[in-house]
Amino acid sequence: MSPRRRRMLVVSLILAGVGLAAFFGLTAFQKNLLYFLTPSQVAQGEAPKGHSFRIGGLVVKGTVRRAADTLDVHFDLTDGNKTVGVSYTGILPDLFREGQGIIAIGKLSEKGVFEASEVLAKHDENYMPPEVAESLKASGQMPKPPEGTTP
Amino acid sequence: MTAELGQYCLLLALLTAFFQGTLPLIGAARGQRLWMESAIPAGRAQFIFLAIAFCALVNGFIENDFSILYVASHSNSALPLYYRIAATWGAHEGSMLLWAFILSGWTFAVTLFSSGLTPIFRARVLGTMGLISFGILLFIQWTSNPFLRLIPMPSEGHDLNPLLQDFGMTIHPPMLYMGYVGLAVAFSFAIAALLGGTLDAAWSRWSRPWTLVAWVFLTFGIVLGSWWAYYELGWGGWWFWDPVENASFMPWLVATALLHSLAATEKRGAFKAWTVLLAIFAFSLSLLGTFLVRSGVLTSVHAFASDPARGLFILVFLAVVVGSSLLLYGLRAPVIRDSTRFTLLSRESLLLVNNILLVTASASILLGTLYPLVLDALKLGKISVGSPYFARVFTPLMTPIVFLAGIAAMVPWREGQLSKILRPLRRIVLPVIGLTIGLSVVTDGVSDIATLAGIGMALWLVATQGLSLWNRIQHRKSLSEGVSALSMSFIGMNLAHLGLAVFVIGVSLSGSHSEEKVVKLSPGESASIGTYRFKFGGVHTVKGPNYHAQEGRFDVYDGERLVAELTPQKRIYQSQKNPMTEAAIDPGLTRDLYVALGEPLDKDAWSVRVYYKPFIRWIWFGGLLMMSGGLCSLLDRRYRIGSRKALAPASARGA
Repeated sequence: MSPRRRRMLVVSLILAGVGLAAFFGLTAFQKNLLYFLTPSQVAQGEAPKGHSFRIGGLVVKGTVRRAADTLDVHFDLTDGNKTVGVSYTGILPDLFREGQGIIAIGKLSEKGVFEASEVLAKHDENYMPPEVAESLKASGQMPKPPEGTTP
Repeated sequence: MTAELGQYCLLLALLTAFFQGTLPLIGAARGQRLWMESAIPAGRAQFIFLAIAFCALVNGFIENDFSILYVASHSNSALPLYYRIAATWGAHEGSMLLWAFILSGWTFAVTLFSSGLTPIFRARVLGTMGLISFGILLFIQWTSNPFLRLIPMPSEGHDLNPLLQDFGMTIHPPMLYMGYVGLAVAFSFAIAALLGGTLDAAWSRWSRPWTLVAWVFLTFGIVLGSWWAYYELGWGGWWFWDPVENASFMPWLVATALLHSLAATEKRGAFKAWTVLLAIFAFSLSLLGTFLVRSGVLTSVHAFASDPARGLFILVFLAVVVGSSLLLYGLRAPVIRDSTRFTLLSRESLLLVNNILLVTASASILLGTLYPLVLDALKLGKISVGSPYFARVFTPLMTPIVFLAGIAAMVPWREGQLSKILRPLRRIVLPVIGLTIGLSVVTDGVSDIATLAGIGMALWLVATQGLSLWNRIQHRKSLSEGVSALSMSFIGMNLAHLGLAVFVIGVSLSGSHSEEKVVKLSPGESASIGTYRFKFGGVHTVKGPNYHAQEGRFDVYDGERLVAELTPQKRIYQSQKNPMTEAAIDPGLTRDLYVALGEPLDKDAWSVRVYYKPFIRWIWFGGLLMMSGGLCSLLDRRYRIGSRKALAPASARGA
């Protein structure tokens, strides 16, 4: 095979590989992008219909209700301005507590309840998901960090 | 005092690294022998300084010296000694010091095992390593000094993150760093070759064992990390496509491509420029990985804003390393010419396809990992890329790799004949298909195409590896002669590909046959998965060194037979008051039984997670096989230190 043909071969192989990857990549990418919204944004109707997204905020104290026989759980999530109800079935993460900042992934139901497929709480008692921290700062509801914990 | 000693040695190392990064390179450019030779004592001195500095920090942890800020933030006097030592690399500052220490260790190794290198080449390799080390040490000293004092000294430390208080997690970072930093050696070899403008078979023979060792460590580190995530996070998954995991996986993919490309460069003098480029990419990705994981940028890009110096330094350092090496590549690569030709049907072509697929996979993971960060930094919105994206991109790219890996060993270098290659393959196609269908009937319920394809691919790989091994042996007079004539690198390749097959089986079967149940159980009640019955025996309190725990008891029956007694825990660590789930697993070759406690519900009832995970161990076992394949190749005769044969031209011996 002449050098030129070989080079053509190499180039076409690379192009085919890149094209294939771009195809798989971009279609999968499009489908799996998750936007982050605050409860205020959801209240304003910015939530995508029928699409998963992430929501973050503080678990409102006294709102965590469990079903008697199932693992269904319901709680309210707030960013200080607005509140969105969240329902979830399963085991909540270790650090899920009332007053704690969490992130949930799921969809908004017709009734305006966020049906979470996943609830995330980070493994650090001072941790606040950065998105949640920002939205709280924006609404002026940021709680003060407990003293003596950050060296 | 030890903190001051550590600080002092850190500064000395910084100074030494500066000289190691400048004098030998200037010497090499001017042909001054003495300046070139200075790289060796400088590299060794730097190793000693950093060893002392690192030990000083470890000592701070052992002695519970909470006057050191880093120790106070990440340790606690109730923490067992073993975890106190491991806490040294439990966070950013200490792990950067470990990184620098390991780099100096690799430098030291290069000074020891480089007698075969020409002085000028060695000077360039060590000089490049010195420059990298200088950059990292400057970063540590400037923005991430682990020896800062905390005044007044607190009486108690803040404790190590409970998740990290675990055996797998203590050795995972050092192993991973050995891999990351080992790629710096491959990188330095590539830079030295570009500086010198020559890239011959001897170069790839020198560079290959170093790359292999780094790859072996990287593989081991990733396997450990995956295993840890499985048993410690309590979710039963082994890979989450989490940015932290991706950060280690990207360099691994490129390093794997590099190993394959190096093979072609060594044997055939092909893909020289490409090999050099891969070495640059592999190391750049490990730098990126180190910074991504440890700098806090993944928790938030705004973590940079709280410490702008750190973020800026990282960006500048990455830009300098990547930019200057690519610039050098652009200037010098045209000089490096491939000395061979090959046809479409040759091992070179197949290796090229392998490389393109691996690099594309790595690039798509990079896209998914960095895109959200870039978007956030530009204030264009907050998004994240869901893990299905990675799986969906990765699987179609890897399927042809597994398929071609089977054929590659049977296709000769340079030019192959289709009929000759197909003849032996024809014999195994039908048995492989038959066995796949047979197995799927026996293990019942293999209904989906993906699992079937996965098992078929794995069997195909096993069969082709066996066939190529048989071909090798068969050509000799007797069986024993044939076996003894096998080169270690050939056996290594077979082992590694076998590991890939085992891995694929593990992924396919555990992916499709796993069962999960999340249930509410009161003492005396049971949950069933298939023939297994998990009987809950209630919860009682137990006490550990620095935690107390609620320990559940589960008797697992297979039919009527008791197969395991599992005791998962819910721990509360005293210093941080965080609850943590400790899963209990009954491991097995063909299945794992996995129980994790959820939350206490009303009365004595608990929410409980039970899993049945078939063949999941094969995933890590496959990884370990790949790793031992790498080790095996390393033992090959031609890499022996001081081997005279190593200097003979590459074409003298066949594949």
